[in-house]
Amino acid sequence: MKSDPKAVLTGAHFLDGDHACSEGAIAAGCRFVAGYPITPSTEVVERIAERFPLIGGVFIQMEDEIASSIAIQGAVWAGKKAMTVTSGPGFSLMMEHIGLAAMTETPCVFVDVQRAGPSTGLPTQPAQGDMMQARWGSHGDYGIIAISPNSPQECFDLTIKAFNLSEQYRVPVLLMMDECVGHMTERVIIPPAEEIEIFPRRFYDGPKDEYLPFKPDEDLVPKIVKAGDGYRIHITGLTHDEKGYPVMTAAAQEKLIPRLVNKIKFNAEKIIEYKEDNIDDADVVIVSYGITSRVAIPAIEQARKEGIKVGHLRLIVVWPFPEKRITQLAGRVKSFVVPELNQGQIFYEVERNAYGKAPVYLVPHAGGTVHNPKDIYNTILKSLKGK
Amino acid sequence: MRTEIKIGGFGGQGVILSGYIIGRAASIYDNKYATMIQSFGPEARGSACSAQVIVDPNEIAYPYIVQPQILIVMSQEAYTKFSTELAPGGILITEEELVNPINLRKDVIHYSIPATRFAEELGKRLVVNIVMIGFMTAVTELIDPEAMQKAVIASVPKGTEDLNLKAFNKGYDYGLKLKKEKAS
Repeated sequence: MKSDPKAVLTGAHFLDGDHACSEGAIAAGCRFVAGYPITPSTEVVERIAERFPLIGGVFIQMEDEIASSIAIQGAVWAGKKAMTVTSGPGFSLMMEHIGLAAMTETPCVFVDVQRAGPSTGLPTQPAQGDMMQARWGSHGDYGIIAISPNSPQECFDLTIKAFNLSEQYRVPVLLMMDECVGHMTERVIIPPAEEIEIFPRRFYDGPKDEYLPFKPDEDLVPKIVKAGDGYRIHITGLTHDEKGYPVMTAAAQEKLIPRLVNKIKFNAEKIIEYKEDNIDDADVVIVSYGITSRVAIPAIEQARKEGIKVGHLRLIVVWPFPEKRITQLAGRVKSFVVPELNQGQIFYEVERNAYGKAPVYLVPHAGGTVHNPKDIYNTILKSLKGK
Repeated sequence: MRTEIKIGGFGGQGVILSGYIIGRAASIYDNKYATMIQSFGPEARGSACSAQVIVDPNEIAYPYIVQPQILIVMSQEAYTKFSTELAPGGILITEEELVNPINLRKDVIHYSIPATRFAEELGKRLVVNIVMIGFMTAVTELIDPEAMQKAVIASVPKGTEDLNLKAFNKGYDYGLKLKKEKAS
């Protein structure tokens, strides 16, 4: 399926990451956005509010983030593609409804333009402090997908990817931007609509009386229908059977919850995306994501200039995490260095998957700006001395 | 080579738009890469504000400016606040009637232009930023002037293209003239 040429602003633009995200959503077919504007994500909804009336979309400024994150799910069951956009404090409020979307297998996109926290923190300055919250923030067990762009171009491209993955696996997908990427303006190439691949909603088209809304296909993902099209559906956050009706038993829980986890786990190799540079001969591997993946480059270049073999593994999809790749590398590299704009989050994931075979060094940062590349460089040196 | 530009002034002078046009010219019309970051927060709402642009023939990794090689200041406050940041040998561009370059550094190349007066002569004080970036285009030779003109046309409100082009050319021609005088 291709994008709608009437809505896509094909051409070369000079856009900030927030606006590029809005255009990505539009190109992906999103036509419903509910949000409670919050710095540094406000520009996303500003542009949506301006663009949607021209292309038949609906934007609602809701009373808060809790309402926003549930309104989008109503829109999805009415047949729309939908997203909400927020930052730290709002993201915290949305946690319950990320769980609801996971439980009801509602395909939708949550954008978090990360700012420094906790609480209201530094509203206008970057951080990457919500990465574990993205994975584990709602209660109970569920699978999730989170993506981390490092440029306005990627804010466009990866917003489309977020929508496509949400439709393919019927999960909420979290686009984990940060203030620096959101407020950075760079060239963004928007391709012609016919070159933008859209994953269509997995609609059921069998006999109406045989439809079971939560009966999975082979890849563990069930087919969806639109409310009001004459199918019998029941959608609940309670543990439910294939019909969607609540069943308050351990057996029903055992049938449903592992599937919600496994539909991401078993398809992880298809979902995972990362980019590697100079990995083949590397003694030290930098693992980074988002804006930090760019800040690490001067440090890597300097080290390589001095003959230190540093490679770079940049996470594009952060969740699910490329566990196998880290384990594989841990067997042959001397160390990992993980710079992130937090006090250690993805660091622990690298450490866990290195199984003690290679030491992992964190380059922490409290947020408010990005790392000084020198700190990353110094940690590369330190990691080789084994200190 | 990576060139870092900082533009400072006060809210309403079109500081952010200037940065936007420079970045757009470089990255869309001049086959280069550009990254713009604008200072954001209370300071962008009336008092001193600034835009940072990086222009590079190669892809830009680190997104913030470290030590600008070009500094454009349109207010005294911005001059005081930012002039120490300029790299030695860098180019300092000031608005002649708004900035008194006290304690002017000897290790920088200084150009000034009465851009506000030029803009008023053209009939609209608002185009002062466009006069400034026309001037910058001439004295720095960083970006192709045609690319800059295209970016000006694409970035200003419809119906004001001619006025803005005139403003750009006014600054550009004045810059060429000053540059020639400096060389001789």
